[in-house]
Amino acid sequence: MADLKEQVVAMRQSFFDEVPLSPPLEILDNYFIQLEQLENEDNPNFVEEVVSVFFSDSFNHLAIIEEEMNKSPVDYLKLDRYLHQLKGGSASIGANKVKIAVNRTREDCKEGDMEGARASLQELRMEINSLKAKLETYYELVAQVDP
Amino acid sequence: MNLSNDKGSMSTASSSVVSDQFPAGLRVLVVDDDPTCLRILEKMLRTCLYEVTKCNRAEYALNLLRKNRNGYDIVISDVHMPDMDGFKLLEHVGLEMDLPVIMMSADDSKHVVMKGVTHGACDYLIKPVRIEALKNIWQHVVRKRRNELKDIEQSGSVEEGGDRQPKPSEEPDYSSSANEGSWRKRRKDEEEEAEERDDTSTLKKPRVVWSVELHQQFVAAVNQLGIDKAVPKKILELMNVPGLTRENVASHLQKYRLYLRRLSGVSQHQGNSFMSPQEPPYGPLSSINGIDLQTLAATGQLPAQSLATLQAAGLGRSSAKSGVPMPLVDQRNIFSFDNPKLRFGEGQPQHMSSGKQMNLLHGIPTTMEAKQLVNLHHSAQSLGGMNMQVSVHGAQSGQSNSLMMQMAQPQSRGQIINETAGGQVPRLPTSMGQPVLSNGIAGGVLTRNGVGENGRGTGYNTVSQTSSMLNFPLNHTPELPGNSFPLGTTPGISTLTPKGPFQEDVNSDIKGSVEFMSSYDIFNDLQQHKPHSWELQNVGLTFDASQHSNSMPSGVDVTPSVLINQGYSSSQRSGQNSNAPPISKAMFSVGEATEHGNSQNIGQHLNNLLVDNSMRVKTERVPDTSCPPTLFSQHYSQGDLMSALLKQQDGIDPAENDFEFDGYSLDNIPV
Repeated sequence: MADLKEQVVAMRQSFFDEVPLSPPLEILDNYFIQLEQLENEDNPNFVEEVVSVFFSDSFNHLAIIEEEMNKSPVDYLKLDRYLHQLKGGSASIGANKVKIAVNRTREDCKEGDMEGARASLQELRMEINSLKAKLETYYELVAQVDP
Repeated sequence: MNLSNDKGSMSTASSSVVSDQFPAGLRVLVVDDDPTCLRILEKMLRTCLYEVTKCNRAEYALNLLRKNRNGYDIVISDVHMPDMDGFKLLEHVGLEMDLPVIMMSADDSKHVVMKGVTHGACDYLIKPVRIEALKNIWQHVVRKRRNELKDIEQSGSVEEGGDRQPKPSEEPDYSSSANEGSWRKRRKDEEEEAEERDDTSTLKKPRVVWSVELHQQFVAAVNQLGIDKAVPKKILELMNVPGLTRENVASHLQKYRLYLRRLSGVSQHQGNSFMSPQEPPYGPLSSINGIDLQTLAATGQLPAQSLATLQAAGLGRSSAKSGVPMPLVDQRNIFSFDNPKLRFGEGQPQHMSSGKQMNLLHGIPTTMEAKQLVNLHHSAQSLGGMNMQVSVHGAQSGQSNSLMMQMAQPQSRGQIINETAGGQVPRLPTSMGQPVLSNGIAGGVLTRNGVGENGRGTGYNTVSQTSSMLNFPLNHTPELPGNSFPLGTTPGISTLTPKGPFQEDVNSDIKGSVEFMSSYDIFNDLQQHKPHSWELQNVGLTFDASQHSNSMPSGVDVTPSVLINQGYSSSQRSGQNSNAPPISKAMFSVGEATEHGNSQNIGQHLNNLLVDNSMRVKTERVPDTSCPPTLFSQHYSQGDLMSALLKQQDGIDPAENDFEFDGYSLDNIPV
């Protein structure tokens, strides 16, 4: 059990560690912590619920964005709208790296660099998947530690 | 996405603001199409002990608001939404319900934030939103109430949180002092708020108190220059007031424009005030702001003059005189209808607070209810003829249009009724009746329609308006062709298209048609320039109109004008409307048709207004886009002004008995 707890703590810490780069690229930022502070006995799984909403919603958006990117001609407005939403959602849950990846994709689109945008989109997808996996693991651990 | 409606402990209509635990229990409606953000916001707001209702679609949110006008204290909305632009929603809410609206977005670019300001948002939050930012949103509710109360009371004593009950106006007469007092008070309030807002980008400067005299000087200067050419610098020079800065004038001008715009839609109410002074543009204006309605009602004086002046003022025309009557008349009509107007306020005279919102239409307090109607009735009679004229002449600037429209509207209604009887109305496509511009465009459209209609009628104006006006009752709509204004349908004016043919007429008519035209012109112009914005604005108004569907005969224009302006400006932004004219028509139709039913809430105010206006519109064709742009020369600012006006408007709660409109209180109008 102590091990598990340690694991939980360590994993949690990893979310907020700043990768020694510039700009700092922590996986999660303070907004995530703010979300956690909103949790209470009434809904103990609030954060988990919100992040799962975020993931399902963002996968939908990713699919639409990808489809739009492959259309011709590209509807930039539509692309930007969806990316903008992704940005809002990721920022709201404190998914810092995801947000940064979204911004990169948006910039590529704005510049009309569709090839770059597609590559950025893949990176974005990767970030989202990675975060999803990590959080799922984390919550599983937490559940084990504190059922 | 499905809407999750967490009304839960939805409080009753009674204000939750004044409860002991305030701000706990504050009823918030949050609108955002992003489920993640929506969920988070809901949680945060709950944590602040607010009562939260969430919506992921703007349309649904509007419906909720309309169905239960008093069910919410504040609205928080995202800017970018798929079904409706957040700013449109903002305008609608401001026009119809006069609730404080907070915008939010992940977009923090300056121009978007500015847009929020100009459209009348009381705050703008950048996403991701922190809970600390939400903890203080109650201040907007309190502030608004305070301002409203001040307006109503004119006594300046506003309690914290204000009770929603509108206080009966204490100034039954329209003496200038009374008007001035209230007007001044309101202006001060607004000035304060506006200044606060204005201060974002400029240095803080000592607040300028726009006294009645100062305002008169201002209006005189504006009229001299011509509303289209009235730029702050020149106005400042003309006014030659030491210590007055260009910025002061600029912000005042903005409000003034909005006010004018509002007036055109609300002309009815204004009528009262107008009536008294015949003087030049300013006279009525000031009165309009304040007690307009009252005056209108009470005096029954020729509103024409005041209207004219107002219009002139707004329009920069000096001739306003003739045209002025419109607003007055309209008001009467509006009020006389009793029903239509009351509709808005649900016939609750009391609803000042709520009515205010509705009245946004142009400050015409929907709540005016019966009493007011009566007043209007009288005034309308005399005005009837006058107003129409005023509007006609009004073609001038877009602003004037708005005013005109507003004013004309009531008149038009009357006229229309009278005239339409002749079958003129039919011109107005039923769409006019469709107040329901759901998208806001409709609103604009409606107005257009309404306007156009009036224009066509040309004959109306002078009509027997008094009689017609009185009869205006929405039921008259029959005259207006059932334009089924699709208002609700498409955001752009496209919805109006059904009216299509009509629109064209409208524009042309307006211009040429009689007096109406002036008001009509405004619309046309407005439409032309901003077809969209019109809609937005109108929509707000028209919506109600639709509700009244039967009550408002084509005349409901009044609101349209207001809406139109707003819509106009807003549409511009959206660039959707191509059919600006339709909007006016729409407005009318809304008023008349109220058919749409979409606009249920809006309808109330609008209806009243529209009714009057629509009447006009019908008769006069509202020139659609083809209308001379004069009206809209200001449109771009109108939108802003409108919002500003609207904002100020919140103070304009219609007093039950008198129509005290504070022309300047635009709080309600979200632009």
